[in-house]
Amino acid sequence: MALTLSGEEIGAKLEEKFPGSIVESDKDSFLVRSEFLLPVADYLKDTPGLDFDFLSYITAVDYYEYFEVVYRLTSLEHNHSLVMKARCYGRDNLSLPSVVSLWRGADFQEREIYDLMGISFDSHPNMRCIFLWDSFEGHPLRRDYL
Amino acid sequence: MEIDINEKQVYSSTELNKVEAETIEALRMGSQQVIPDPDEWLAQELKGNVLLTTVDFFLNWARRSSLWTMLCFPACCAMEFMSASASRFDLSRFGMEILRASPRQADLMITAGTLTWKMAPQIKRIYDQMAEPKWVIAMGACAITGGTFAQSYSVVPGYNHLIPVDVYVPGCPPRPEALIHAIQMLQDKIAKRKNL
Amino acid sequence: MAIKTEPFVLNMGPQHPSTHGVFRMRLTLDGEVVVDLEPIFGYLHRGIEKLVEGRTYAQIIPITDRLDYAAPMSNNLAYVLAVEKLAGITVPERAEYLRVIMAELQRIASHLLAVGSFLNDCGAYFTPFLYMWRERESIVDLFDMVCGQRLTYNYMRIGGVSHDVPDEFLVALDKFVGRMPFFIDEYDQLLAENEILLARTKGVGILSKELAINSSASGPVLRGTGVEWDIRRAAPYSIYDRFKFDIPIGSVGDCYDRYRVRVEEMRQSVRIINQAMKQLPPGEIRSEVPPLLRPPVGEAYGHIESPKGELGFYLVSDGSIAPYRLHIRPPSLINLTALRDMIIGWKIQDVVVVLGSIDICLGEVDR
Ligand code: SF4
Repeated sequence: MALTLSGEEIGAKLEEKFPGSIVESDKDSFLVRSEFLLPVADYLKDTPGLDFDFLSYITAVDYYEYFEVVYRLTSLEHNHSLVMKARCYGRDNLSLPSVVSLWRGADFQEREIYDLMGISFDSHPNMRCIFLWDSFEGHPLRRDYL
Repeated sequence: MEIDINEKQVYSSTELNKVEAETIEALRMGSQQVIPDPDEWLAQELKGNVLLTTVDFFLNWARRSSLWTMLCFPACCAMEFMSASASRFDLSRFGMEILRASPRQADLMITAGTLTWKMAPQIKRIYDQMAEPKWVIAMGACAITGGTFAQSYSVVPGYNHLIPVDVYVPGCPPRPEALIHAIQMLQDKIAKRKNL
Repeated sequence: MAIKTEPFVLNMGPQHPSTHGVFRMRLTLDGEVVVDLEPIFGYLHRGIEKLVEGRTYAQIIPITDRLDYAAPMSNNLAYVLAVEKLAGITVPERAEYLRVIMAELQRIASHLLAVGSFLNDCGAYFTPFLYMWRERESIVDLFDMVCGQRLTYNYMRIGGVSHDVPDEFLVALDKFVGRMPFFIDEYDQLLAENEILLARTKGVGILSKELAINSSASGPVLRGTGVEWDIRRAAPYSIYDRFKFDIPIGSVGDCYDRYRVRVEEMRQSVRIINQAMKQLPPGEIRSEVPPLLRPPVGEAYGHIESPKGELGFYLVSDGSIAPYRLHIRPPSLINLTALRDMIIGWKIQDVVVVLGSIDICLGEVDR
């Protein structure tokens, strides 16, 4: 049976390892500061006992004041999973570090978020629109797009 | 009546033979010449193969009985199109089992699925590449008005914004029977066409 | 003098008979050999994730039918599971069993289509396809019996299913699952050792275990590489923990392995349906759910093992009658991540074989 790791527990562990990296955590997920996203992801992927080798999905949610990007990580070896979140504030020129270097599976999903939500991912090898054509105006999945 | 076997018969057997021989002779004498062929003015291989009809009827008959379909399968309705052309519903009964991947060889486009603006230039180009005369069947709600996705930002609300449509088949997806009915309607439509 | 060659760029799709819809690839060729591939999506992007924000939770079920149109029942199931998780709704026993039966029938139907069109792409033009379509039609008939539709079923409901099955259904289902193993044997007899099939698929388009996991592949693509990962076993949803079944896996991760995994999965599905039919309890088929459901504020992720892989729905609720955000985890799109690595170095005619073995459905890739 799959185990969902508690965000609080992992969050506390990460805060110890990377001071100042975790903004908040609750029982399902933890929120990571975007500067620490890559080192934290790297740590989660390669630490024995955690081994989050499988990135289930990435998505983004628009909460008006900020955008929340949700990463769901799974370990096929230990059969447990975890939700990690990061936020970016504002409406324009948003960016987050890309995790493609760790999980190739993020490739198309990050492009999708860029296309439909307008968050670009730094150091993604191919940051271009994926579903809509280049001259399409706006980002349809934002709540203020009508 | 009693038959007297000694009485002389009206015709002796030789006389009968003579009469017959005369008939044969007469026919033989009268049949020395070959009867000329009334259709001789036609080419030799056409002999006996000519029917008279109007050009319109003939062209329409040929066109409607072998509609070749363009593969245009953007979305879910394609599944029902495949069902219709597979063995159970068997579209080939209507002379149209041949699916063409090249628009230049097709004269019917069955638009089975949602059209998005990104796909629209391709569909327009395919339609332009099809040789005249050509027909379009809009299959499914999406092809008619955009259907379930009509309000979406990326969906074309109906193929008739881009290309002229001859027959509309409602349904989401239409059942294969409905598609076959639409094809028969199209065949009726073609039969009424004026070519000249 | 050395002969210089120039790379040749070939565009394949979106209007192409063997890309299973409107998928497009830009291939760079050196002679016949593919040296680069760029997949291009979006030709069927219908904006489903935006559209659902204006609908109530129940109104979204028919839209999920149109995602992966080769397996609408599975999409229904994944969505209602996510909503039930969000709102904490329980489902009656009988409905759970019916859901499992439908989902497994759908898996058989989807794999039949996948294998049939894959063989079509390998060059066995239409003959195997017609064999498999025959069985698919009988499954479609079964679905037609329970919900009156041949493709877009809209059968699952939040808290249950829409109708109880009619009496004839179980008889017909029994007949179908009785015959299905023989049909699968028939395909094997025709194909499993077929010289041409082996030549075209063995060793072609190899995906390594590490790359498969790293690129988040799931379903038969992942299992074909030898990873025993099936959400029905790893995180049993509905009542899958009550059934006995095996998880078929491949060994090298080539096209042939993916094909074998699908065929074996059909056998396992028949096994599950047999068990579910025997245990099917009488009773209610739907629990009381208000038509305008207002789930509590929060988020939930419901995922299932759909025929294509891990299909998940991530829902965020703000307490209103429509979801604040619905994200769909599309297995077909994510399975394509490794397509480039699988194809580079192979000849152009192998491209359609590899693509066919991944089994994509454009409704789900582009959404
Ligand atoms: S009409 Fe319905 S079945 Fe046909 S393409 Fe549109 S949504 Fe799919």
